Formats: sequence, structure tokens, C-alpha cells
Amino acid sequence: MTVGLLFDSTRCIACGACAEACKVQNHLPGPVQEECTAYTWTTVHTVEDHNIRKLCMHCLVPTCVSVCPVAALTKSAEGPVVYDAERCMGCRYCMMACPFDVPKYQWDRAIPAVGKCIMCTDLVKKGQPTACATACPVAATVFGERKDLIMDATERMRANPGTYQDHIYGIKEAGGTGVLMLAGVPYGKLGLKTDLGDEPPSMHTWQVLSKVPDFVGVWGASLYAVHWITSRRDEVAKFEGRDE
Amino acid sequence: MSQAQPAPRFRAGFWTVLCGVFFLALLVITFIRYSRGLGAVTHLSDKFPWGIWIGFDLLCGVGLAAGAFTVTAAVHIFNLKKFDPIVRSTLLTGYLGYIFVIVALLFDLGKPWNIWHAIIFWNPHSVMFEVAWCVMLYTTVLTIEFSPILFEWLGWNGLAHLVHRFLTLFVILGVILSTLHQSSLGTVYLIVPSKLHPLWYSTLLPLFFFLSAVGAGLGMVILESYLCKRAFGRHLEMDLLVPLARPMVAILSIYGIMRIQAIFRNGSVMDVVHFTYEGRMFLLEFTVGVLAPVFLLAFKKVRTSQSGLVAGAFLAVLGFVMNRLNVSVTGMERASGVHYVPSVMEIVVSVAFVGLAMAVFALAVHYLAIFPESVAAQAQAEPKHGWPLAVAEEGE
Repeated sequence: MTVGLLFDSTRCIACGACAEACKVQNHLPGPVQEECTAYTWTTVHTVEDHNIRKLCMHCLVPTCVSVCPVAALTKSAEGPVVYDAERCMGCRYCMMACPFDVPKYQWDRAIPAVGKCIMCTDLVKKGQPTACATACPVAATVFGERKDLIMDATERMRANPGTYQDHIYGIKEAGGTGVLMLAGVPYGKLGLKTDLGDEPPSMHTWQVLSKVPDFVGVWGASLYAVHWITSRRDEVAKFEGRDE
Repeated sequence: MSQAQPAPRFRAGFWTVLCGVFFLALLVITFIRYSRGLGAVTHLSDKFPWGIWIGFDLLCGVGLAAGAFTVTAAVHIFNLKKFDPIVRSTLLTGYLGYIFVIVALLFDLGKPWNIWHAIIFWNPHSVMFEVAWCVMLYTTVLTIEFSPILFEWLGWNGLAHLVHRFLTLFVILGVILSTLHQSSLGTVYLIVPSKLHPLWYSTLLPLFFFLSAVGAGLGMVILESYLCKRAFGRHLEMDLLVPLARPMVAILSIYGIMRIQAIFRNGSVMDVVHFTYEGRMFLLEFTVGVLAPVFLLAFKKVRTSQSGLVAGAFLAVLGFVMNRLNVSVTGMERASGVHYVPSVMEIVVSVAFVGLAMAVFALAVHYLAIFPESVAAQAQAEPKHGWPLAVAEEGE
């Protein structure tokens, strides 16, 4: 079972209730900021009358999880991508690597942590919807099982011809995401990335990393072989009495 | 001068004072960084999380230490014993390079006290995990490879001999770890195909990082010998350094051709033709780091002249630094949407570390038997356990 969120841009009224609810639920200090920060995990932006939320996409094969050297970021069984600040050493590779630029950092703290939406994992574990979904007055953000959300989105697209783009954002992007989006205008216009491809980025690094064990064996044996041959040459030379 | 005379002289004056100022500044910045966080001293941001502490200190520190494994491999694996006299100084450079990288990491990591977590919390899917293990293991190997020099100084010749007995093993381990580490720093950037500019992004990044590190690492060996000549009044071992220029030309040529192929495949030639910001930076990097040194060092006349050799080596090293900064900064800017310029404090820290590494190098040269003349002097002082210069073949 993988849960997720479905955000419908055509329903959103940009009231900001989701961002406020997120702050309260996750005990984040300060007011909701313009852009996502370590203290504001979701925001609503308006681009030419079209509203769009920014939040962690909770990838099916999360890049941040693959790059974290100490496994501080993990994909939980229910679907949320969660973070353990105790483990984190602060290398910020997750921020570098995330195709959606989601993880943010507490640059102002001597003991910093990464901040990002964790899909209210405590609530989700109890079978409850996320704070943002509960707070939304117009059901622009709904919580549910990912496959149900896809059915729901497909149904909306069929029932309202001409209203939506002919694509659910997140269904394949970067290998698919837990957070899905619907909009009336091209997603690129709303600031979403459209050049991510259908494969998770971690595939690129795994292609190299998975070869490391073989490489160590072959390279080590080759080096020893070269050493053996070149030393043997000296031994033979010495034995035959021609030095050098 | 012809007499074995290890006493290097220290230059007081402008440089010493400048170093002093930088070290003082380093102390102040260290305090601010650990009491008020990374934001107080760097220009890093959520949009640009990695700056020159990664791009210069880490990527260049590791890369320029590549001379150590290249030269030790040449001597102990390829049995090219004539290079033995420069093994110790390249080992010292490599060792200091890695220590410099670790210290820089302690500054850059948000929670450096958790650095050891990589030992107990594993994630083999992470390139950074591989990098962390390579740093740990190779620093250990370097320590072992370097330890006989310390043991000799302490007069523990028995231990020094013991290490030597297993030296081949450690050299092979060192070469494996170095190959993995140099290339893995390129693999780090494989994860960002949508962010790193196509002039630098390529699936061959690991190979590019490895090749350019070997090329520039050899350049660094030449450059470092030249600096030692300037600082300690040594002669330049042209008979050993000139042969290093030839593999440099070969490696940099292969690297250069592969880079150009990759750029054609990526379809980013137009960036160069249209002279975009990235195109200009690439041209500068490629001219300085590949074309110029290959062109200079390919000519025997240039290669065998001291100024020509040093110029070629210097350009290769400079171009290498440009490449790493282009990958880590220039190439990432467009996708990030911001223009990152390091803060004064970031620069001061990086420069102070370089100065510190050089100061430690000078100290090590002063007290330890690094150069062949000091090795010979030490062997004379203790004739009984004379430390053989060419080590691998020595019997009982």
C-alpha cells in the first residue's frame, strides 16, 4: 500500500490553509514564508490565476533516500519519505540531488537539520489524512491510496473534458511520485519540472555503484599481476647476472 | 649544495606574515561557523547548498593528491624504480591533501560530529557512502604508507621494516581505493542530469574525474618539486620529472578527446559556438587545462626545459581546479536560478587551509627524511639499519 496526495490546481483557491495547518501540525516556528524553507514545508504559488502547491513529492524511488550516506532519509512502508535528524551528518547531498529541489536547510542554526514535508507521517501511520488535506476547504488537496487517487484523477479528467491537461503530473515523473497533480495549464508554466524523464535519477548512480565490487576484484588482481610480472623480470635479470 | 644538506631554510617576511593573518582569521571564522551555523559565514543557500568548500577544498584536494597513488604505483607495481626518490614527497603531498580534505569536511558538514555515522549506518546505494568509505580507508592506507618515514624519525627501524614487508599489499589497496575515490567524486554528479549543465554532465563523469585527476596529479608532482626548489633551495630532478610529462600528455589528450565527444553527444556544442556563460567557462577550462599543457609538453624542447615543464604542469593543475569548480559551481548555477559567489569568509578558510598544508609540508620536510638527500643523510647517521631507498626488491 502506498498513500499519497492529489492536488487539483483548478480547485485551489490559494487560501493558504494547507500551509498554516502544516506549520501547526509539524511545530514549525514563524509565519508561512514566500517560498519553502526548513521552517515552511509547503507553499501555494499563483501563476497567472493558476494556483500550485509546492511540497515534497514523496517519490516512489526517492533520490534523496538513495543519496543519503547514513540512511537518514527513508521511504516508509506507507509511502511518506521521512527524515531522521539524529542520523544526519549534514552533507546536504539530498538537497543537491533532489530533482524537485525539496529538502531545505536550517542555515541559521549551529545544530542544523534538513526540513521537508514528511506527509504528516505520524497521522498517516494512524490511518488519518495529512493536515493539509484535512485543512483544505475546497478539497483541492485530497489524501488517499495512490492507486485510488489515480482513478479519481482519471475520472475527473473524463468527466470534465477540456478542463485538465491530458496528463497526471507525478504518475511517471522521476519514476513516479506519491504526490500527484492536476492542472488546467501546462505543468511547466506552473513552475513544475517537465524534463525529469520517467526513470528515477538514482538509476544513473546505481549503474556505477553496482559495479564496484566486481571492479575491486578485477583491478586488484590486475595490479598484482603487473607487479608480479615486473618484479619477476628483475629476479630473472639478477639470476642471469645482468643487473638492470 | 652538492653535499647532502637537509636543512631547509624558512623564509620570514611577507609570506609568513600573510599566513599569520590568515590563520588568525581562520580562528575567528571557525568560532563563528560553529557557534552561529553555516549561514553566518557562507553564501550557501537552499538553492545552492554546495559551495567552494566542496568544489575546491574537497574535489581539488582529493584530485591533486592523485600524484601519490600514481607515483607509488609506478614504483611499486610497475617497478619503475628510478622514480623512487620522489615517492616520499608525493606521499607527503597526498597525505596532507587528504587531511586537508577531512578538515575542510569538518567545516562544511552541518553536523560534523556525526561524521562517523557512515561507519555504522550503511547505505550502499549512496555515492556519498562510497566516498566516505574511500576517504576513511585511503587515509588509513596513506598513514600506513607514510608511517615508515615517521618510524625512522623516531628510530623505530624494526617497525619501519615490518611495514615495508607488506608494502606491496598496501600500495595495491591504495591504488584500488584511489581509483574508486577519484571516480566516485564524478559519480556524485551523475545524480543530477537535470541540473548539471550538459557541457559537464556525462555518464562518463567517473572516468573523466579519474583521468583528469591522474593528469593533474602528475602535474602537481612537478609543480610541488618546483615549489620545493624555490622554498628550500633544492635542485630540480629534471631526469625524473621530464618523464612524468609524457604520460601527462597522453592522459590529458585521451581525456580531452573524450570530453569533446561527450559534448557532441550531449548536443551542447552550440553553447560553445554561441559563447554562452557556460560556453566561455568551458573554453577557458579546456584551453588552460587540456589544450595548453598538451601542446606545450608535447614538444621535447619545451618539456625538457625547466620553465616549459613547470609552465605545462602549472596550467594542467590550474585547469583541473577550473574543471572542478565548473562542475560544482558554474554548471549548477543555471538550474539553481541563483548566481553563487563565495563569501570572503569561505575564501579565507580555503586559502588558510592551503597555507596550513604548505606550512605542515615545510615542517615535515624539515624534520623528516622526505627528500633523497635527507634519506641518504639519515642512512649515514644510522648505518646499521640503513633505510634502503629502493625498497621493493630488497632481500634480507
